[in-house]
Amino acid sequence: MTGSLRRWALLPGLLLLAGCSGSGGTWGWYVIDPGTPQGRSNVEFLLGGFWATIQLSLIAAGLSMLIGLLVALPGMSANRWLRLPSRIYIEFVRAIPLLPMLFWVFYGLPVVMRSLGVPITIDAFWGAIITLAISDSAFTAEIYRAGIQSIPKGQTEAARTVGLSYSQTMRYVVLPQAIRRILPPLANQFIYIVKMSAFASVIGMQELTRRANELVVTEYRPLEIYSLLILEYLVLVLIISFFVRWLERRMGSDESR
Amino acid sequence: MSANRVIEIRSLNKSFGDFRALTGVDLDVTLGERIVICGPSGSGKSTLIRCVNGLEDYDSGHIEVDGISLAERGSVQRVRAEVGMVFQQFNLFPHLSVLENLTLGPMKTRGLSRKDAEALAMDYLGRVRIPEQAHKRPRDLSGGQQQRVAIARSLCMKPKIMLFDEPTSALDPEMISEVLDVMVELAEEGMTMLVVTHEMGFARRVADRMVFMDGGEIVETGAPSAVFDAPRSKRFRAFLDKIIHH
Repeated sequence: MTGSLRRWALLPGLLLLAGCSGSGGTWGWYVIDPGTPQGRSNVEFLLGGFWATIQLSLIAAGLSMLIGLLVALPGMSANRWLRLPSRIYIEFVRAIPLLPMLFWVFYGLPVVMRSLGVPITIDAFWGAIITLAISDSAFTAEIYRAGIQSIPKGQTEAARTVGLSYSQTMRYVVLPQAIRRILPPLANQFIYIVKMSAFASVIGMQELTRRANELVVTEYRPLEIYSLLILEYLVLVLIISFFVRWLERRMGSDESR
Repeated sequence: MSANRVIEIRSLNKSFGDFRALTGVDLDVTLGERIVICGPSGSGKSTLIRCVNGLEDYDSGHIEVDGISLAERGSVQRVRAEVGMVFQQFNLFPHLSVLENLTLGPMKTRGLSRKDAEALAMDYLGRVRIPEQAHKRPRDLSGGQQQRVAIARSLCMKPKIMLFDEPTSALDPEMISEVLDVMVELAEEGMTMLVVTHEMGFARRVADRMVFMDGGEIVETGAPSAVFDAPRSKRFRAFLDKIIHH
């Protein structure tokens, strides 16, 4: 694992080298050179978007996991009238592209709410979180469903015959077994959210991508700035990957099959 | 309803799509009675006992368990508190230890403290003769041991009635007797039992009454000594020939 980390660390090094070798003045790393006062303040400005991106992703992912569960559970009911709304939600939400949904939530939802007599303002931060969470929840719901349905029916029956209620059966018997199967695809979804949070830049959220865009406008060095931007996402996603793998290993040592 | 009748089943019907699983089934069980239900596969015997604790819905008819009608709203939970069940595939909880498998029900639904639940569980593990396995995972046990844990798990809920759905069918032959021995002891203690099984030796030894099912109907019923020696119906005779001379 450290080996692969070292290889990744090599990439920006090579880019930097290519830039510094000054082949025809195509690269201009001075714009993000921490050695100069201007470059240093530029880098600080760019890195300043990290916290917003992380906050957006974490809150949106948390909400998505919660909404996903609330959608998935009735979706597995034997009663088709409980199943139906869940099915509709998933099909509907899954069909809407993220960017139009973001516009609709940010510009449209306050109007809808006001006409319903609930005047609210939605800032870029919460607009982005609501959109990311809802858009992602259709996928987390399907992940939960697949994981829960992979647990044999006999487990639920045995739990019910020792007197557990539906929610106790889920909590103590089904979900603890399903979580190991749910975790890997859920981690994928989290990485997806981190990347999709870049869309929040178009409604003015000061996260990584927005800051890069703003700096490009003033410095006019898109290649260098976007290279650093990509590197920022890469580092973030790699950290998440390592964390998830650690978590899986920890749960794997407790594997029951 | 007589004072000691614990299960009353009247003209029970159930279909899975076009397949008629149960047709007009009537059965009464009195307290302490041991009934063995047999019949070819697809005859409706499993479906019948699964209806008793509400794991299976029925289309029409009437079931009353310990005075509680299953047709009443919210009665299923109360009925399940009286009825234990042992499955063909054991259905132990693989993520919990043997002890935790036994304490889960008493702690969550009877409100027992961990200490009391563990004492209860160890008592029953002793009765099925595997107290030394308490802290292992189910997968580390043999099939026969797993099924005995499953029986102990049900008993921890102090049921009035025990249902057994082919409890030895998934076991290797050399493990069948250790499970049957536990069931015989349970019968001797006076437990009311409905057992779906093809173990005719067990039936002869333990059953008060044999019920033979075929095609979703109860074809023949009677004391084991009577029905084994002189089955009245052709179908039961054919079935006995097949399972005894295989």
